[in-house]
Amino acid sequence: MTISSEPADVIDRLVGVRAGDPIDVLRAERPAAKANAQASYEALFAPAQPGDISPAERFAVAAWVAYLSQAPAVADFYRGHLTAVAPAIAAAVDAAVAGAVTSGPYGTYPAGPLSAEDVQGPHWQPDADLRAAVGDRLARALAHAHLLTYRPRDASPGALQDLVDAGWSTTGIVTLSQLIAFVHFQLRVVAGLTVLAGARR
Amino acid sequence: MTGTVQRPEIERPNAFTQAHLGWTPWLEPLPEEELTEAHYAALVERSRAQSPYFRLLVRDPEILAARTRTDNDIFYNTHAGLPRAERELSATAASRTNGCLFCASVHARFAAHHSHRPDDVQRLLDEGIDGEQDPRWTAIIAASAALTATPGTFGPEHVAALREAGLDDLSIADVVHGAAFFNWANRLMLSLGEPTPPADGGR
Repeated sequence: MTISSEPADVIDRLVGVRAGDPIDVLRAERPAAKANAQASYEALFAPAQPGDISPAERFAVAAWVAYLSQAPAVADFYRGHLTAVAPAIAAAVDAAVAGAVTSGPYGTYPAGPLSAEDVQGPHWQPDADLRAAVGDRLARALAHAHLLTYRPRDASPGALQDLVDAGWSTTGIVTLSQLIAFVHFQLRVVAGLTVLAGARR
Repeated sequence: MTGTVQRPEIERPNAFTQAHLGWTPWLEPLPEEELTEAHYAALVERSRAQSPYFRLLVRDPEILAARTRTDNDIFYNTHAGLPRAERELSATAASRTNGCLFCASVHARFAAHHSHRPDDVQRLLDEGIDGEQDPRWTAIIAASAALTATPGTFGPEHVAALREAGLDDLSIADVVHGAAFFNWANRLMLSLGEPTPPADGGR
């Protein structure tokens, strides 16, 4: 039994919601969304089955996505978990962030009327130091997370082939993709509810 | 066979549309005959076994089940809050911003159906998030796009505009969740496969 008042619900914790707060009351109106956002977090970060992706890989990719998204509270949360399981990887991810941060979404549409909306931006790749520190498999996952964070419309079969070549299974790629995409959901709910909590009349 | 990436030879859709696009995976879905009761439980609705997208995602059943239940409550729990049409509008605006032609096509149709405003929805698809809309839709689209930007640009001014347009705080939370959820959905749909042309040639 815990005596901490820190909420078990991760989104509540990251927004700073306490029982009975206005945001707590709003979230209670969508109880299955709240419960299953938490269940999604647990499925990805404390799964019943270990799956094809290690805990260190899971927390490293999540921290990376949150850093790239410039969501400091969410990044600190995942970095804390990463440091607990793989401090050397946490340090390597920290060192790589500054050279990878940009803003999005950008990317290229299939040629046609939307080509006028094509926006160019960095195609980040891990350097030799990062690959040496975290291994090719995780380095390739970080590159995929960068792609999906900033330029999801540039995704391609070739990007999946790069993961396969680095040792990712089909099921591992599904889990990795869900994890990257979930963190994008979670950090936006946190951002939106944080603004709403601060803008209460 | 696992680990094989598909590279479909198709004419790629290149415009936002309300037509019924298809979607083809780049990785192999689980064959329907290999689905167990645990997989069906994760699919939540049995009919989803027909979809190659859901049969690919069901390779990790634990996260798929939780994701589907999150999705259903955000979009289909009609107890108070934002009307269905405008939840679909937030999904469409996020998809238009990220560039997910498939997601935008599905949720533009839903938004048009529930709002009875197909021309306004089409203007969002054709002209993007800055196309002219009434003040309420303008506020919802702008908030959804701000939540979709990386880093996010959603701020108190968006909350103020949504309140000015008549949204209560539960409705604003619904906009947040609708746009946030499509930042999950868009990234899966865009990165695990691609849209295919409508069977009827489109409109």
